[in-house]
Amino acid sequence: MIYHELIVVGGGLAGLRAAVEAKKAGVDVAIISQVWPGRSHSGAAQGGVNAALANHPESADDTWEKHAFDTVKGSDYLADQDAVAQMTKDAIPIIYEMEHWGCPFSRFEDGRIAQRPFGGAGYPRTCYGADKTGHYMLHTMVEKAYEAGVAMYVEWFVGRLIVDEGVCRGVVAYDMISGGWTAFGAEAVIMATGGAGRTYGNSTNAIISTGFGMAMAYHTGVPLKDLEFVQFHPTGLLTTNILMTEGARGEGGYLLNDLGERFMERYAPKAMELAPRDITSRSIQTEITEGRGIGGKGYVHLDLRHLGAQKIQEKLPGIRDLAIHFEGVDPIEEPIPIVPSQHYSMGGIDTDMDGATVLPGFFAAGECACVSVHGANRLGGNSLLETVVFGRRAGAAAAAYVKALEEKFDSSTAARRAIAEVEERIDRLADNAVDGEDPYAIRLEMTTTMKEHFGVFRDAATMRVGLDTMYELKERVARAGLRCTVGVFNLDMIRTVELEGMIDVALGIAAGALNRTESRGSHSRTDHPDRDDTNWLKHTLAFYQPEGPRLEMKPVALGMFEPQERTY
Amino acid sequence: MPEARFRVKRYDPEAPVMIGARYDEFTVPYESSLTVLEGLFYIQEHLDGSLAFRYCCRAAVCGSCAMYINGTYRLACQTNVRHLHGDAITVEPMPHIPLVKDLVSDMTDFFAKYEAIKPYLMRNSKTPDAEIPQSEADRKKLDMPIDCIMCGCCYSSCPSVWGEGSYLGPAALLKAYRFEVDSRDEAGKTRLPSFDNERGIYRCHTITNCVEACPKELNPTEAIQWLKGATVRRRLLGRAK
Ligand SMILES: Cc1cc2nc3c(=O)[nH]c(=O)nc-3n(C[C@H](O)[C@H](O)[C@H](O)COP(=O)(O)OP(=O)(O)OC[C@H]3O[C@@H](n4cnc5c(N)ncnc54)[C@H](O)[C@@H]3O)c2cc1C
Ligand code: SF4
Ligand code: SF4
Ligand code: FES
Repeated sequence: MIYHELIVVGGGLAGLRAAVEAKKAGVDVAIISQVWPGRSHSGAAQGGVNAALANHPESADDTWEKHAFDTVKGSDYLADQDAVAQMTKDAIPIIYEMEHWGCPFSRFEDGRIAQRPFGGAGYPRTCYGADKTGHYMLHTMVEKAYEAGVAMYVEWFVGRLIVDEGVCRGVVAYDMISGGWTAFGAEAVIMATGGAGRTYGNSTNAIISTGFGMAMAYHTGVPLKDLEFVQFHPTGLLTTNILMTEGARGEGGYLLNDLGERFMERYAPKAMELAPRDITSRSIQTEITEGRGIGGKGYVHLDLRHLGAQKIQEKLPGIRDLAIHFEGVDPIEEPIPIVPSQHYSMGGIDTDMDGATVLPGFFAAGECACVSVHGANRLGGNSLLETVVFGRRAGAAAAAYVKALEEKFDSSTAARRAIAEVEERIDRLADNAVDGEDPYAIRLEMTTTMKEHFGVFRDAATMRVGLDTMYELKERVARAGLRCTVGVFNLDMIRTVELEGMIDVALGIAAGALNRTESRGSHSRTDHPDRDDTNWLKHTLAFYQPEGPRLEMKPVALGMFEPQERTY
Repeated sequence: MPEARFRVKRYDPEAPVMIGARYDEFTVPYESSLTVLEGLFYIQEHLDGSLAFRYCCRAAVCGSCAMYINGTYRLACQTNVRHLHGDAITVEPMPHIPLVKDLVSDMTDFFAKYEAIKPYLMRNSKTPDAEIPQSEADRKKLDMPIDCIMCGCCYSSCPSVWGEGSYLGPAALLKAYRFEVDSRDEAGKTRLPSFDNERGIYRCHTITNCVEACPKELNPTEAIQWLKGATVRRRLLGRAK
């Protein structure tokens, strides 16, 4: 058994920030990550990160309170306002800290960090590094973790948590480079495994954003919160769903239908292309459904041509490269074909503002967690912010928890039991190798079902069919066959183990969506088109049960801003 | 439906001693578009579950999937089979790097060298309450090196690395440059010893294989040349810029 006082699962921005904080507090901390931390999905973020720095000429009177208001309004009032206040206040010093650590933000002429307008924001407050902000922030954070001397287990896949007498005591992980499963004992664990985008067949997310980390928590009895709120980004590339950042519209890009109309005028006359994502995605979907997609087909255009070659090359070089390589379109010369695409999991592991959960010794931060600062719809630029703000808080809280422990327990028995359970599970899957279900066929059915039955617009009849399919897939995945059980870099094993967790998370999304009989933020039901604050101004909690999720409700923290109608 | 023929080089660490290399052939059907990475997934899912390769972002930003495809360094996720010529697509791991399995290279040395150059911003003066100001012109100097995705193509292509295993190589030196050239960095002579030596900048013979190999079109050679000049300035004056 390997031992560290604190284990952080995940080397994205949230996990790295947590580990750096715990290390500073003098705790023996290690990161376990399925990929080299610098390859984490955080590096794919493009557009930027929000903080009311008031650097932009038009944002001189911006404040954290205004940032908080935009966030709460954007969330369709489902965000917890105390958490939002904390995040927007912390935003300013934490972005300066990122800069002090070396993050290469773009600059204004006066040498200050550059900011651009983003959807749903009253002021231009999105700090950026060209259109590669995530890559720059992630590499800076990796560098900081190396400098701090954080231990890293790179290319280890975590398969389950170790829980002993109701307390989290470590994880079991597969060493992808040397092979075999090993127990990691710890006094506390922070989950920072990112989003669940790949439960959908049309996601902008990395292939490793499976939501499996959420599932590991869920299986130990920790509830998942607000899973039904799934963000669809308005502008994914038509053939691959690769993201074209909101920054492209922030810099002045247009959305056009087949008639060449800037159709956002019909839906958000003031904000136009910079309406929040839920509204913009619904507008695009409506244009497509009503036959005004390009050539009557299922997509519209993102047009950047009027920005000119120079601005595109300076501000959006990454977008241009992606469009050329993956869609065969040069945005300087042609409009880009785009479709709304699954993008972000607002829901996740239910935590408080310190990342703590109902399971002692178990914390979570980043996209896998739900504090909740995004409520029913996240604003662009608030997620990178969440990873560093709440990564830091979770790191500090977990370190304090570890230091306050009176004695350290011996969890070697629990660790042995956990390893045996993982191995039993692998054996069970291997027994089905010949006549079991094909895990990849199940995966494909799951991603297609989620895409088609739990998309931008939802209704009871469609969702019920989808939910039935998901229950059927849950039964089938128990009989999934595993062909390769040993050896190094065993993708068959990782992907089959992952799949069981993905199905449970997807089932939670589906059940929550059918249950919530209102429209709020990203959850838009044609059969219940209005927001219903009387019955539904509350969070959903999903508890794992083998037969399917049990749902409960939890109140929303209000206090700063009264819920109002949301217009843009 | 069109089909693509893949010839994939295999390596099994449990049976490493093989006479000659083993290549397996697979046929992958596709509709209108297929990346090499998607093809590898098709093979792993339907034809041979034991195939090993790295993946993550599938959008050319994470650096996981660098391979040698039809004799050229490429990112598998960014390579569409429609743009490849010849009747089969030959997929091999990056040459001159030890292997873990199949297309998965052992990057241990690569990252050890990255760590060796102290890849982080160093400051001595008191940090301000706001950002450390940086002019647009100074920020522009960072444009090239900060786009490195640590994929390893340059490292694999560098004859100096093949010849001398301890040479830091183009990626680590490009990273050193990224900090040395940053107007905010105050490393002075602290980072210098890590690359001002025989396993560092002097090992580079400006053969520029690295420039050609880089899928992000970066220029490690230029960075190394700059470091050579800066090293002299640092030694004499204590400053690089
Ligand atoms: C294309 C794209 C663009 C975006 N742009 C923006 C933007 O401009 N602004 C913004 O604010 N937000 C943006 N977002 C959202 C934001 O990038 C993410 O929400 C955020 O980076 C998530 O960070 P994280 O640290 O929580 O997780 P990730 O960065 O996803 O990291 C997850 C980590 O967990 C590890 N891991 C997962 N499972 C396991 C396991 N079983 N075992 C071991 N390790 C595991 C992985 O290896 C990885 O290191 C964007 C998202 C996408 C998809
Ligand atoms: S230029 Fe230098 S680093 Fe690049 S390949 Fe040649 S010897 Fe290697
Ligand atoms: S310089 Fe280019 S080839 Fe070398 S690691 Fe960086 S991105 Fe890859
Ligand atoms: S999968 Fe990330 S670069 Fe190819």
